[in-house]
Amino acid sequence: MEQDWIWGLVGGVLIGLAGSVYLLVNGRIMGASGIIGGLVDGSGWSTAKERILFIAGLFVAPIFIIPMYREVDTHLTENLWVVIVAGLLVGVGTRFANGCTSGHGVCGISRMSLRGMVATLFYIIAGGVMMIFARHILGII
Amino acid sequence: MRNLAALLSGGLFGIGLTVSGMIDTTKVQGWLDVFGEWDPTLAFVIGGALIPMSIAWRLTNNRKPLAGGEFPPPPAPVIGRNLILGSTLFGMGWGLAGLCPGPAIASLSIGGSGGIVFVAAMAFGMLMAPALKARLDTAVPVAS
Repeated sequence: MEQDWIWGLVGGVLIGLAGSVYLLVNGRIMGASGIIGGLVDGSGWSTAKERILFIAGLFVAPIFIIPMYREVDTHLTENLWVVIVAGLLVGVGTRFANGCTSGHGVCGISRMSLRGMVATLFYIIAGGVMMIFARHILGII
Repeated sequence: MRNLAALLSGGLFGIGLTVSGMIDTTKVQGWLDVFGEWDPTLAFVIGGALIPMSIAWRLTNNRKPLAGGEFPPPPAPVIGRNLILGSTLFGMGWGLAGLCPGPAIASLSIGGSGGIVFVAAMAFGMLMAPALKARLDTAVPVAS
């Protein structure tokens, strides 16, 4: 779709505003993997309430705008093994790296953090190589 | 105020991810697939997000968070093993499925069992990460 980039830009600005609210009000970095991971391993239970509310907002808000679209689909692969392996890699990797696309990518780069930039470079290269290998060579996705 | 801001922030994040198309794995994989029919959308999403976020970081100078406390101190510019290894593993999973943690949660609102399986596997990976890190530290001692 030709106007996809406009919606990408609009959505991106909303994501940036979300990170701005979390930073300026709560004084915290909006990193999805950190917010979820702290609940999963117990390291963030002292701030459990705001973490749960963030995740609730993230999950519930799209429900209100999805009816505006004729067709919404995640197009996630039906190969459940691929889904499981990918999920494990994302879970372990983001906790080792202490951040994902939102924390290192959006929040890190905007503050000119060297760690955020290096992390982003590595996950984009690894993602591209893996994706191209799995699609064009293995043909599993 | 903290709780309301967290709910608002999560909601804005979810709407931003939906509007931008980032809950559609084909848009993410289409951006990574430089040898296929390349889709530039993700670059516009990141670019768009950096605009308000850069302003927000500027506003943190000589101020305190509205709900009290302190702003996060700048991280030490240390590029360690965990950062490189973790980002590489994360990128591999991101490329394979086309989902990262935020969109994975947001995409659950559409329904479908695949998303639930992904989030469950991701949570399990997050749960295992501290033990894996400890084992790796014993095998290959290194700082951060």
